Amino acid sequence: MRAFSFERASEPAQAAARAAEVPGAKFIAGGTNLLDLMKLEIETPVHLIDVSATGLDRISSTAGGGLRIGAMVTNTDLAADATVRRDYGVLTRALMAGASGQLRNKATTAGNLLQRTRCPYFYDTAMPCNKRVPGAGCAALGKGAFSRQLGIIGTSDTCIATHPSDMAVALRVLDAEVETTTPSGASRTIPLDEFYRLPGDTPEIETALMPGEIITAVTLPPPIGGRQSYHKVRDRASYAFALVSVALIEREDGTGRVALGGVAPEPWRRPQAEAALPDGANAVMSRLLDGATPTEENAFKITLAERTLAAMLAEG
Amino acid sequence: MSPPIRFEMRRRTFLVGSASAIVAANIPWRANAQPTSLVGPDNSTVTLVVNGEARGLAIDNRTTLLDALREHLHLTGTKKGCDHGQCGACTVSVNGERINSCLSLAVMHEGDEVTTIEGLGTPQQLDPMQQAFVDHDGFQCGYCTPGQICSAKAVLQEIRDNVPSHVTRDLTATIEASDEEIRERMSGNICRCGAYANILEAIHQASGAQV
Repeated sequence: MRAFSFERASEPAQAAARAAEVPGAKFIAGGTNLLDLMKLEIETPVHLIDVSATGLDRISSTAGGGLRIGAMVTNTDLAADATVRRDYGVLTRALMAGASGQLRNKATTAGNLLQRTRCPYFYDTAMPCNKRVPGAGCAALGKGAFSRQLGIIGTSDTCIATHPSDMAVALRVLDAEVETTTPSGASRTIPLDEFYRLPGDTPEIETALMPGEIITAVTLPPPIGGRQSYHKVRDRASYAFALVSVALIEREDGTGRVALGGVAPEPWRRPQAEAALPDGANAVMSRLLDGATPTEENAFKITLAERTLAAMLAEG
Repeated sequence: MSPPIRFEMRRRTFLVGSASAIVAANIPWRANAQPTSLVGPDNSTVTLVVNGEARGLAIDNRTTLLDALREHLHLTGTKKGCDHGQCGACTVSVNGERINSCLSLAVMHEGDEVTTIEGLGTPQQLDPMQQAFVDHDGFQCGYCTPGQICSAKAVLQEIRDNVPSHVTRDLTATIEASDEEIRERMSGNICRCGAYANILEAIHQASGAQV
């Protein structure tokens, strides 16, 4: 790990201003992903701003009947919250499908959104990675590369990494929005469907956040009801990243919402695919994964996604 | 509390010490080797409350809570396995919640109450969870055991607090300490010897003892 200087921020605007002012500074909250990457020198901040005590650790109701989740609310506290369990069950299900008990006690809402990909070539500093070193090339696209875990849609010829979050997939079907504070102290709201950037030619740019901008909360609209579920398929029963995951909200009339994890650089949802829900899993997935460009190793994810959704619909 | 471990000068310690002395001799002054872009010192002071005792530390900012416990406070019960949050050997309790101490900076724990395996019981009076691991042979090599025990105690508390898990079917019902719930909640603690069946029995015994 490289040496760094350290400071504690007491409020978000101060943290954002400092982050914009100090080159090479990064925020740290739970630290479960950042420290892992710093040990491998994939992340090399020269200055850390501890934002864990910025008063953003509360869950509260919004004036419109929705929920405001502070950026520093831990994954455990969010999953265990009585309102979330009752009204936004898909979010509790997704959170509990991710990581381990120890990690969920430290990992925060904002940190979960901003975690980096677990692509093995992003992690292996001996291999080229356009996300880690722009322009270096992508080892995952090389002949014989291990791409089983990697993306099948929304990817580009510079990067086929997936976004690893389960929580973000649930937030996507719940139409969540991300609230931020900019270095100038202004607030802004970014719908989650505009928050992540597809890799294109710049896989190193992952979100719509500007330098120094800090996430202060995630907001949810009023509960939409329906039967909410999250099904994650992985190589072992617990504590592994998704091969494919499906977040589903089904209403009694057969309409609903679907988003996928484990297949794309962002939680993958397309409204035109959801319209086909009354026609079944094949109809949904043929639209949702239309244009997919899987590798030979991960083409199975298309079938797996369809069968996972079919199983979930059959349970209803 | 266990008696403090006395560190003796061993051959390995001596050689490492000598090597760093030689390297240091070639650097006029360590601070000069730091990049100028740091905006403050690369070290800090922090006070942790470890097993009920306030312990002040002057540390490099990079020091993890795990390294602070092991290398600075010489509480070597907490183990370093993978050092990347994957194995759970470093699990300790901080302010009543289990965390991976390897993925947390010590400097971010000012005033925090840290409980390690040394703070749970004594050889004469074991914690019920420690006794249960002994009774059920919940280990072979024992390296993962301090993390397993710290994690297991927190798992039972999380179930009592009705924190849901991936295998909880009804999110609004009272959660039972079933085999399935315990296995799922312990998935962040790896045992390379494969003592899982006995660990599960041990946790059940401790769960019964606490009711």
